Amino acid sequence: MDLRPKLAVFKFASCDGCQLSLLDCEDELLALAASIEIANFAEASSAVIEGPYDLALVEGSITTPHDADRILEVRRQSRVLVTIGACATAGGIQALRNFGSVEEYTRIVYAKPSYISTLATSTPIADHVKVDYELRGCPVNKHQLLEVISAFLNHRAPRVAAHSVCVECKARGITCVMVARGEPCLGPVTHAGCGALCPAYDRPCFGCYGPKELANPAALGEWARTALGADAATVRRQFQTFNAWAEPFRTEGRRDD
Amino acid sequence: MTVPSLLTTADLDRLIRMLADGGYTCVGPALRDGAIVYDEIGGVADLPAGWTDVQDAGRYRLERRGDGALFGYNVGAHSWKKYLFPPAEQLWRIPRATDTIRPLTPPQHPVRHAFIGVRGCDLAAIGIQGRVFGHGEHGDGRYAARRDAAFVVAVNCTMAGGTCFCTSMGTGPAAGPGYDLALTELVDADRHGFVVDAGSERGAALLERLACPAAGDAEIADARARVDETAGRMGRTLATDGLREVLLRQLDSPHWDEVGERCLACANCTLVCPTCFCSSVEDVSDLDGSHAERWRRWDSCFNPGFSHIHGGEVRNSTGARYRQWLTHKLATWHDQFGTSGCVGCGRCVTWCPVGIDLTAEAARLREREDSA
Ligand code: SF4
Ligand code: SF4
Ligand code: SF4
Repeated sequence: MDLRPKLAVFKFASCDGCQLSLLDCEDELLALAASIEIANFAEASSAVIEGPYDLALVEGSITTPHDADRILEVRRQSRVLVTIGACATAGGIQALRNFGSVEEYTRIVYAKPSYISTLATSTPIADHVKVDYELRGCPVNKHQLLEVISAFLNHRAPRVAAHSVCVECKARGITCVMVARGEPCLGPVTHAGCGALCPAYDRPCFGCYGPKELANPAALGEWARTALGADAATVRRQFQTFNAWAEPFRTEGRRDD
Repeated sequence: MTVPSLLTTADLDRLIRMLADGGYTCVGPALRDGAIVYDEIGGVADLPAGWTDVQDAGRYRLERRGDGALFGYNVGAHSWKKYLFPPAEQLWRIPRATDTIRPLTPPQHPVRHAFIGVRGCDLAAIGIQGRVFGHGEHGDGRYAARRDAAFVVAVNCTMAGGTCFCTSMGTGPAAGPGYDLALTELVDADRHGFVVDAGSERGAALLERLACPAAGDAEIADARARVDETAGRMGRTLATDGLREVLLRQLDSPHWDEVGERCLACANCTLVCPTCFCSSVEDVSDLDGSHAERWRRWDSCFNPGFSHIHGGEVRNSTGARYRQWLTHKLATWHDQFGTSGCVGCGRCVTWCPVGIDLTAEAARLREREDSA
């Protein structure tokens, strides 16, 4: 009898990038397969082993009535449910629809809007079911993904830091683009995880990992507009990307001029 | 001590090479990505000749000086802390064995660094961290080994930056004790040299091997005058008289939450601070559980989880975290380690992405008390 825990990967509204991070773990994939039974992972194999599953990785947001039902079933089938990526943890880039009218969008985009069955909003998985752990990022960092799986296998807490991107930036000795070049950077309000990838390439943080604990985008926006002379629309747009629907980015992205 | 020597830039280059030949990894100021950082240097050619930095709260820019000065700037975001107390360090690793648990510590051969261009504030900070990590029974042996192995070439500042206030803290602009060699740069239209004096036996020995002429009285006086003038040009000041008591009386001030409205709790101030020493210790294991490692990483009183105990976070607002930082630095550090935790380097002021200035906040707290 196979004693390995069973892993399943489920996809909702998303680009597949986060699941692909798992396939990207080339060097570790064999060790992974030895430690866990990959029971349901459509990107890797069409063979599906039925649930229940010990660990479910859920990618994507809820945007259709059908998916809103399907996630309930996934939850029922999964002992531990971990959401991965900005779509699943915050609603993703597609949550920009939440600020507009989906009806209007479907009229513009589709020849026969009546064929489209969709919700008015794109929402994170945790709005629908209990989530045991959220792994942030757009996409997630594959090392962090492995860390979460390895923590699960070894019955310990994942070692995923919740501080700002600035902490990673300073640990790497990167020169701050905000202070040394005057470019508004989302690093100080953004959850770490990428290893300060963008500042390492001399450009400000995009906020892929979403708001950190005690994020203060209002103060950052104020400084960007006053001390750095950025225009209000640019600052607003900085908050309206992959994590636009996550508070407090949501509020700051809608600030009046 | 011995009589100061007078070095040319070529002599300084020889000095760096002699240190390298003696087995030291020489690190010093270098231009990288629009800033002056500390990195490995091979000689004088790697130093930021002719560059200076212009600093203010939340702002740092490089500019040309119009001369060839090698040390004509102040401190950048990096401090020597990154060499003595690295941002991440493996403490031990442990392979799974059936019988015993035997942690393996990484080999203890510290790199011998020669620090070229340590300012007074930073030398004081190295002294403070040395006391924090300690040499005693519960001392951090790795820190002590790295510090003891380091050769320090200090630079007396002949200009002060926009966020400097070492004069207020009594740590500069002349480097205090703890250096092996200290140099003062003399740069004019018709001359470029360094008055160098030794602060240790190994410094004196190196100076002797360099065999440079003794500095004349005029040069020594000139060097001293430049450093003295610098003391009057600080970009910031901090009134330290009774500051500890002022802050401790203000623990319930609404001011902390007012700063909390502006502060991002991003931790930059603590990471650039050359005296901040907090770290977290974390364990990692691999997928099949056959190998575990324990790492120490820089942490900060601004980070989530830092004050987490059973039941939750002790300091769960940004105002409370700022209060912890400021009162530890400027007040309770005295009780804990016998000095201020601030050396007046100005890094936390410059590298705060929203320009929060601890000298201004301390002054505001004093004013609030006076006007209450
Ligand atoms: S570049 Fe951005 S992430 Fe890095 S320290 Fe500056 S503000 Fe923080
Ligand atoms: S508190 Fe600020 S000025 Fe004082 S030593 Fe630390 S970084 Fe420098
Ligand atoms: S004082 Fe500035 S650098 Fe320090 S945590 Fe607050 S915003 Fe960040």
